[in-house]
Amino acid sequence: MTDYTAMELMICVAARLLEDGATVGVGTGAPCAAAMLAQRTHAPQLYIAFQAGGLAPRLPSMPISVGDSRTAWQALSATSMSDVLESCQRGMMDYTFLGGAQIDAYGNLNSTVIGPYARPRVRFPGSGGANDFASFCWRIMVMMQHDRRRFVEQLDFLTTPGYLTGPGAREHAGLPAGTGPYKVITDLAVLGYDADTLRMQVESLHPGVTLQQVQEHTGFELSPVDRTEATTPPRAEELRLLRQEVDPYGYVIGR
Amino acid sequence: MTQLSAGRGPLFMDPDPDAARAFFRTKSRALADKVMSVRSAVERFVRDGDYLASGGFGTNRIATAPLHEIVRQRRRDLGFAGHTTTHDFQILAAGNLDGHRLLARVDIAYIVGLEARGLSPQARRLMESGDIEVCEWTNYALACRLQAAAAGIPFMPARNMLGTDTYTHSAARVIRCPFTGKKLLAVPALWPDVAVIHVHEADRYGNCRIKGITVADRELARAAKRVIVTTERLIDNEAIRATPHATTIPSFCVDAVCLVPYGSYPGNMPGEYFSDEDHLRRWLEVERDPGELKRFLDEHIHDTPDFEAYLARCGGHERLRQLRHQERCPGRPEGPERSGPHD
Repeated sequence: MTDYTAMELMICVAARLLEDGATVGVGTGAPCAAAMLAQRTHAPQLYIAFQAGGLAPRLPSMPISVGDSRTAWQALSATSMSDVLESCQRGMMDYTFLGGAQIDAYGNLNSTVIGPYARPRVRFPGSGGANDFASFCWRIMVMMQHDRRRFVEQLDFLTTPGYLTGPGAREHAGLPAGTGPYKVITDLAVLGYDADTLRMQVESLHPGVTLQQVQEHTGFELSPVDRTEATTPPRAEELRLLRQEVDPYGYVIGR
Repeated sequence: MTQLSAGRGPLFMDPDPDAARAFFRTKSRALADKVMSVRSAVERFVRDGDYLASGGFGTNRIATAPLHEIVRQRRRDLGFAGHTTTHDFQILAAGNLDGHRLLARVDIAYIVGLEARGLSPQARRLMESGDIEVCEWTNYALACRLQAAAAGIPFMPARNMLGTDTYTHSAARVIRCPFTGKKLLAVPALWPDVAVIHVHEADRYGNCRIKGITVADRELARAAKRVIVTTERLIDNEAIRATPHATTIPSFCVDAVCLVPYGSYPGNMPGEYFSDEDHLRRWLEVERDPGELKRFLDEHIHDTPDFEAYLARCGGHERLRQLRHQERCPGRPEGPERSGPHD
């Protein structure tokens, strides 16, 4: 028996990964909720950046759009898309938080099409700023529901770079050195990347989840691990802040 | 500078800076009164086959009135730059109904979606039909293309898109840096034929002030050959001269100034009014059925003379007053009333 949802667990786990004073480029929804929760717990000076131009707002409520007026509410700066993304390009952004329709073993993401490009079965929005954030920010974090439709061997379209084809591939392509995927937070586990192969591997299992279960829900071979940690469940105070202050109307956690 | 590879997407617009200079040499610099109706502005400055770009950010500070008017006047075969275009793209996509071809080619960074609100069924049908010519980019890449155009140079280097299918399906190239030897993305300058931009304040000559995030509109206003501005308020030229640092767009970029209060509706206008989430949800709902969308468009655009009449149809002053209140009190919830706070 648990008294929290999978989404609440994911947001709490994601929030703990953001340290005080760090910079993070976020979108709307769960990533934004995680950043807001981090600010209300251990990271009051977490610096949140929105790609449309909002820098370090005092978010009064959950934004609906990464360009709505909440994203610049009592902000340090209301600037431009180029200014924010160029701050990322020159190395000022520590983290970004992304999602997508598909992810592969190297953390590459698809948010463009399902099916053939010329005549897609589903047309999704495209990169938006995701490719920009993932090219420039030091560490890429992803929040996604864990199933075989999303965790796939072969992406239908590589919109946003993870480790591309493996060790050295980002640098070879010309992407800034030292950048790349860091964590994937799902409803089953927290995953990281094998230091040698750069393929995804399990770091910690959420309460009641087995390693075998995670592999069964993954469409590619996870890198083997000797041991896994147990994810610390949401604490009462985290849940209170999340439910009462971050998302009181359940836009994200109510799903 | 060596070219190492090239994306195979189509390049819709000529990146030659001397061709652009030849045009800008002829563009009027006069401090002339440019105030006119939205209908006249679209009649005069938007032509069939034009390449169009829309300012703001999808549902935030968008120039809704000229977008409606472009649909109303049934322009055809337009090109379009979509850097996070959401409701603006949705309006134009609705122009491709009943065999009419309003959009013909699209430079894509973000289309079809309305961020947290979901995907537009009509925009999906259009983009999944295979009938539209497309080229992939990212938000920063499109901003760079406008920045290069605004600067009068043929391309700009950047470090995004490398190694991805987004690059393969773009018209960017990979070059080697002449100083460091590093691989760089080169994105071609984009001079749109026409841009529509909504601002907070403008004088009659087109000197404009944007309050809040500018997104890519400083660059867009300078890159576009013709610029239609809609404004919440007309202000005196002396007010512009009293605080020249507040001018976001200088008048010699601008061709038409249209006074359109609530001109970003149903989108958000920073510091003025919040987005009308009920109305945006209604758009997404009626789009599920093309017949219902057609009736909705007739009611809200084709059989409606202008933007003021559209606002009246959407709840008028009472609704706009609520949205002003919501903008001032941002701690309050927006969107659907849910079951209430968790305990």
